[in-house]
Amino acid sequence: MSDLLRVQQITKTFGPLKANDTVDLDVAKGEIHALLGENGAGKSTLVKMLFGSLQPDSGSIWWRESRVIIKNPSAARALGIGMVHQHFSLFDSLTVAENIALSLDDTGPLKDLASKAEELGKTYGLELNPDALVGDLSVGERQRVEIIRCLLQQPDLIILDEPTSVLTPQEAEKLFDTLRQLQREGKSILYISHRLDEVKLLCARATILRHGKVVARCDPQKESSKSLAAMMVGSDVEDVERTSTPGLDGTSRPMVFAVQGLSQPPLGPFSVALKGINIRLRAGQILGVAGVAGNGQSELFDALSGEETQAQPGVIEIGGQAAGRLGPNGRRKLGAAFAPEERMGHAAVGNMSLSENVFLSRHASDASAYKSGGILGMIRQNALTKTLGRIVNAMDVRKSGDNPRAATLSGGNLQKLVLGREFDRKPKILIFNQPTWGVDAGAAARIRQTIIDATGQGAAALVISQDLDELFEISTSIAVMHDGHLSEPIATEVATRNQIGLLMGGASLDQLDVAA
Amino acid sequence: MSPDMIEAILLTTMTAATPLLLAALGELVVERSGVLNLGVEGMMIIGAVSGFAAAQMAGTAWAGVIFAPLCGALFSLLFAFLTVTLATNQVATGLSLTLLGLGVSGMAGEAFIGLPGVKLEALDIPFLTDIPYIGEILFGQDPIFYISIALVAGVSWFTFKTRAGLTLRSVGDNHGSAHALGINVARVRYLAIMFGGACAGLAGAHLSLVYTPQWTENMTAGRGWIALALVVFASWLPWRVLAGAYLFGGITILQFHAQAQGIAIPSQFLSALPYVATIVVLVLISANRRMTMKNTPAMLGKPFVPDT
Amino acid sequence: MIRVSLERRQRRIPLLGVVSPLLALAITMTIGALMFAALGKPPLGALYTYFIEPLTEIWSIHELLIKATPLILIAVGLAVCFSSNNWNIGAEGQFIIGAVAGSALPVLMPDLTGPLVLPLMLLMGIAGGAAYAAIPALLKARFHTNEILTSLMLVYVAQLFLDWIVRGPWRNPEGFNFPETRSFHADAILPEIASASGRAHLGFVFAIIAAIAIWFMMSRTMKGFEIRVLGQSPRAGRFAGFSHRKMVFFAFLLSGGLAGLAGISEVSGAIGQLRPTISPGYGFTAIIVAFLGRLNPLGIIAAGLILALSYLGGEAAQISLGVSDKVAAVFQGLILFSVLSCDTLINFKVRVARVGAAASAPQEGAA
Repeated sequence: MSDLLRVQQITKTFGPLKANDTVDLDVAKGEIHALLGENGAGKSTLVKMLFGSLQPDSGSIWWRESRVIIKNPSAARALGIGMVHQHFSLFDSLTVAENIALSLDDTGPLKDLASKAEELGKTYGLELNPDALVGDLSVGERQRVEIIRCLLQQPDLIILDEPTSVLTPQEAEKLFDTLRQLQREGKSILYISHRLDEVKLLCARATILRHGKVVARCDPQKESSKSLAAMMVGSDVEDVERTSTPGLDGTSRPMVFAVQGLSQPPLGPFSVALKGINIRLRAGQILGVAGVAGNGQSELFDALSGEETQAQPGVIEIGGQAAGRLGPNGRRKLGAAFAPEERMGHAAVGNMSLSENVFLSRHASDASAYKSGGILGMIRQNALTKTLGRIVNAMDVRKSGDNPRAATLSGGNLQKLVLGREFDRKPKILIFNQPTWGVDAGAAARIRQTIIDATGQGAAALVISQDLDELFEISTSIAVMHDGHLSEPIATEVATRNQIGLLMGGASLDQLDVAA
Repeated sequence: MSPDMIEAILLTTMTAATPLLLAALGELVVERSGVLNLGVEGMMIIGAVSGFAAAQMAGTAWAGVIFAPLCGALFSLLFAFLTVTLATNQVATGLSLTLLGLGVSGMAGEAFIGLPGVKLEALDIPFLTDIPYIGEILFGQDPIFYISIALVAGVSWFTFKTRAGLTLRSVGDNHGSAHALGINVARVRYLAIMFGGACAGLAGAHLSLVYTPQWTENMTAGRGWIALALVVFASWLPWRVLAGAYLFGGITILQFHAQAQGIAIPSQFLSALPYVATIVVLVLISANRRMTMKNTPAMLGKPFVPDT
Repeated sequence: MIRVSLERRQRRIPLLGVVSPLLALAITMTIGALMFAALGKPPLGALYTYFIEPLTEIWSIHELLIKATPLILIAVGLAVCFSSNNWNIGAEGQFIIGAVAGSALPVLMPDLTGPLVLPLMLLMGIAGGAAYAAIPALLKARFHTNEILTSLMLVYVAQLFLDWIVRGPWRNPEGFNFPETRSFHADAILPEIASASGRAHLGFVFAIIAAIAIWFMMSRTMKGFEIRVLGQSPRAGRFAGFSHRKMVFFAFLLSGGLAGLAGISEVSGAIGQLRPTISPGYGFTAIIVAFLGRLNPLGIIAAGLILALSYLGGEAAQISLGVSDKVAAVFQGLILFSVLSCDTLINFKVRVARVGAAASAPQEGAA
């Protein structure tokens, strides 16, 4: 079997970092090849070089046995390489047809293209409306646009970057069918993921990257998830340990957080309305909020954190106190702690030092510790530096220098700081959105353990996540967000992935009960 | 009011609106590419002085019509180099383009103060221009007026019906995605900025060759800023720019007529009317937040630096 | 073809913050020398006339301080505005309205004298500038109206208002129809600092005090932290519980008040009456001062003196070189351009490469 694509000894350096270090990779015709690795292992860098967005410092790329230089994405497309980006490269204010036209080098009239796209979509079970604005589409629909856009170029190699991270389990199943159909037609697929069960299902060969180097090549179907994970991480990942597991019962424990009929209109052109949300959390409980991205999770977070306040004080109660009209600091003073999904620019300011970023969320809740001088409000740098040291130790934040700017930290380390500054306060209720997104496996395990430990000491937590494995691992109960609604919670012991997946796709609990 | 007077008001309104229309149309294209160029006033005054100078030296106003857009485009290159290549703050850079333009034009134009200008003559087509009432309005305007109307149609067609226009809009909507698809974001923006500079230059030439055929310092008198406001008013749609420019042209002319009629309001108050009207219109437009947000190019004012 | 590309710096080099404005000045000087040469003047001699000669005499230094006073006062206010991402570019209008408001007392009540007149005038000037700045602030906070355009439109309105008031209701009844108000009486004149050697007035002291106070606020206090957070990331500001809306008002009122103080200080200290034109564009030049000082109030003191020198140099160049005094405006524009270009060095490594060299390897595009 001849190789369609062969990468030899590719190296790419960014400043002091070797993002790719003499990487070899080969993809045969008609195979689904997995590229595995943690965040920051160098997968994206490698793929960008294959698609012409980046140029390698050294090494060579061979396509159908001849050496090529891929100057830009256009050249990649001309060779027959197509790409479905993880962070979709779509344009919100343009229509589906216009989005598709932009990725093709030569297009006839937009109308012909639209009907061609529609037809192709039907063949592969990817229906879409060519006249819809992309900004109005769900994440799953956007991915369909990306895939169709890629297929229209009739590529021989399709690169898929973390395609299922935004899909429900059922949508993912459908995608796998499409991929297998493409494989039968003789196309090759380079499948990038960190979800090991998928890789075991789809791929016969895998290349594993760690710290920019190829550390292993294997047949994933012959490996266990655990052994694959060990190759990715370089050591065994510890399982999270539960200290106590109070389920939905445990009514004897005090109620620390309650939301009653929270509704909110959409706040912008592409924002989601919140519709009658109810939440009740007792000490020791962890409520996992599952859902496909863009179903109101970030709107829910903003409403809970007080960045958007409510008209009625009683809609939100923290520790028995009405908090609906309080802003973030009022809620923090009642014992709540928040960590939003976006680290840079929301949880932290990149251009400010780490100690200033500690101050960012704690200037009001710990006012007496960090401020002096009465109305002058002078900042006590020493106290902040001390707190920073404590957080850095507790969470193992890796940084260069004593108190560098937040922008110099890696995503995972910044997240450890953002969460650490909240844990350090010993809050009563933790509200986190995607706490381990983009964080490497070791740090993610540590974060999950810290959340569980905090609830063991009497706190409650609400964790919004798109990672179902994570929610099943840490939650005491799981509720699903869909189109601004939040379902009733289901105790984790009795919940199934299938059931949660159907809820994520828009089914209601009653329907599920009937089906069962 | 007599029909003759209405005709006169309409004619002068169209003349007053033309520079606003041209400058706003150019800025619309710039902003569609995601760049906010606050240097319109500066590029316009450069156009006014260079157009006047070229017409003086060549002895024909047409020299100014050709030279002014070139100078405007050349001057805008300075802005393009800073904001696109060096990724500087667009607000501050645009301001400095305006300040520099006012300074350079003041210095270059000192020799021209008080000189009689070369007027760009209006069209005069036998029979057609002589049709009562509508003849002069339709067939008796200056050539730049016809260019401006053709440009509205041209920009509208370009933006919404051509592949290049789609590329322009995509860069303004999401420069990161555009870059990932292999679109040369910097090139698109350079071209858009230079088009905006050329339009502003021509608008300035209209002031110094048609509107008041002479050179006076600061003769743009804030028209570049009103043009910027017009783009917001028009929600980035070319035909609405046309409507907005004529509305503002009308306000300017009406206050002139009111002053000429000797209405008992201090002339300064009447002169302030276009500026106050701009504020009022901006408030009315921006109060409808959802609509403006949907039409605003999402990348407006954000510098783009690709990851190596 | 040469291609310039940027690479984000991993680590800040603190020295660059100081080097960058100096480099910008050097670039401006070089371009200035070329410009003088093109005009047929000896470049070095011209630069000397422009930038050094005004500093050689004591009265001239007083004039420098007079011109630096409004620039510094306005620019430190603008630094707060720009740091908090509020683009007030209408300081020129707030300067004028402050001057008019403060002048009301000596113009309308010339018989009211005593030591209280001056403090009252200054307060009225501050209030006038702040009130005028409150208009774009209100429109931004309430209707999301673009503050750049509204604050700028209000400059034209203020200029016309001043023109009307000195030609109309406030014209000096004994002034032979000249468009100016009556001259202020002695109690309404801002005292000179060292009257023996020149005209520099107390306004310069206000400017230094304002700069130091705002430096303290920006670098040491909670308020400064709030300003910087909201300026760099509104979303993070909201997460920290800071109000974007209140900050809009705070920044505009503070900068408007300082511009108003600058206006009344100029009228009461340097001019002594209201005229149709009371500013050679201080409100706009102060924008350059704010950026040249890198939005740091202490840096702004130095930047204010440099830009004041550009005005004096323009006058000197006109007298002894026969060059238009518009050359000052050109220099000011050049300085801002150079400052903005050089600031790129602080955040990025600039790489210049020849395009085409790398692509000459084996094969391009399709096989």
